[in-house]
Amino acid sequence: MKKLIIAVTALGLLAFGSLSVQASPQSDLKAFQGYFKKNFPKIKFDDFSNGLYALPEAADRRAEWEAIEEFPPYELDLAKGKKFWEKNKLGTCFKNGGAGIAQNYPYWDKKKKEVRTAELDINACLKRQGKKPIKKGKLATVTAYFYNMARGKRIKIDVSAPGAIAEYEKGKHFFWAKRGQLNFSCANCHISGAGKRVGGNIMSTALGHGTGFPAYRSKWGGLGTIHRRYKGCNKQVRTAPLKQNNKTYRALQLYETYMNTGLPLTAPSNRF
Amino acid sequence: MRKSSTFITTLGAVALMMGGMAIAPQAVAVGEMPSKKVCKSKPKDPVVAGGCIATDRKKGNCMACHSFAGLEKTRLQSGNVGPPLVAMKQRFKDKKKLRAQIWDATKANPQSMMPPFGRHKILSEKDIDLITAWVLSL
Repeated sequence: MKKLIIAVTALGLLAFGSLSVQASPQSDLKAFQGYFKKNFPKIKFDDFSNGLYALPEAADRRAEWEAIEEFPPYELDLAKGKKFWEKNKLGTCFKNGGAGIAQNYPYWDKKKKEVRTAELDINACLKRQGKKPIKKGKLATVTAYFYNMARGKRIKIDVSAPGAIAEYEKGKHFFWAKRGQLNFSCANCHISGAGKRVGGNIMSTALGHGTGFPAYRSKWGGLGTIHRRYKGCNKQVRTAPLKQNNKTYRALQLYETYMNTGLPLTAPSNRF
Repeated sequence: MRKSSTFITTLGAVALMMGGMAIAPQAVAVGEMPSKKVCKSKPKDPVVAGGCIATDRKKGNCMACHSFAGLEKTRLQSGNVGPPLVAMKQRFKDKKKLRAQIWDATKANPQSMMPPFGRHKILSEKDIDLITAWVLSL
């Protein structure tokens, strides 16, 4: 009997082992999106792009959010971003003048051998013209304009290159590993804890994370990038935040965005 | 069986009474959170002192995930990630087991979301003793 149990356990381990070896971004994606479809059957797929407001638990907040969206607080910033974009001829550095391509960001750059974000490409374009790079709010504003030119386009990330898969795996590890003094992983709150409340705050679903960034947050009183949001999350679990455009955050962004495959971009969005 | 359950109920009632008596001098009744004023006065009663640490957002912040009696009378909002803290004396007959759970909940369940208050030094050993006393009063 004991031998049988050992044999069964060994078989189980073998099966599990081979499964984890075979886990590809494609099978991860199926499991990830499947989890949310199963556990949040009332939410339509596209609505996950609206983040927190897609949750039935946040119905009262949604009404308030929709009212704000009628006169979006980011409109002035979008106009500023557009002005900067045109003045600096940023379109010359991007495919199709930068229109309708943000749904493929971040992407693996085979030549540079790194994950490139829109923010990095915008600053590279400025550098090519001998201009100073932009930072923080200004960078978020210009990036928001770039994303707005692809608003509604469905996310499609290419992770076929071996280098891209390596970065994807790093991002996946960051997402699932516990960290900080409070010992939380991203998954703790945004997979198993999604829809539940921490104090008065409802935790968003990981599906849809980043579709609305750069976002206008009332907490910030302005637009901010997804990496700024990551920094805030890291501080909340009491771990040292990383710098914007750091390789680890880029890897996380690649993983999270790939998990959003098929969702429409809603950036810039309005978040509390 | 019926007899033993009556016995437990009686014991529970006695324990509740004793608990009530113990915190009476601090003027905090069962099911009520200590006020800011009481907390500032460095209460000596372990249940009251534990309640102060538990509801301090920078310390225990227990209400972030758990609901418990008395919160409804404060401005604090409770979360629903963890189970409500009710009948804790019945659920944790062994005080050591409860303390160990607060010290590091991931030991019993590696998937637990609860921060390991002792292992990660979020709270001091003394604070954990006080919180344990407070939890058992709920």
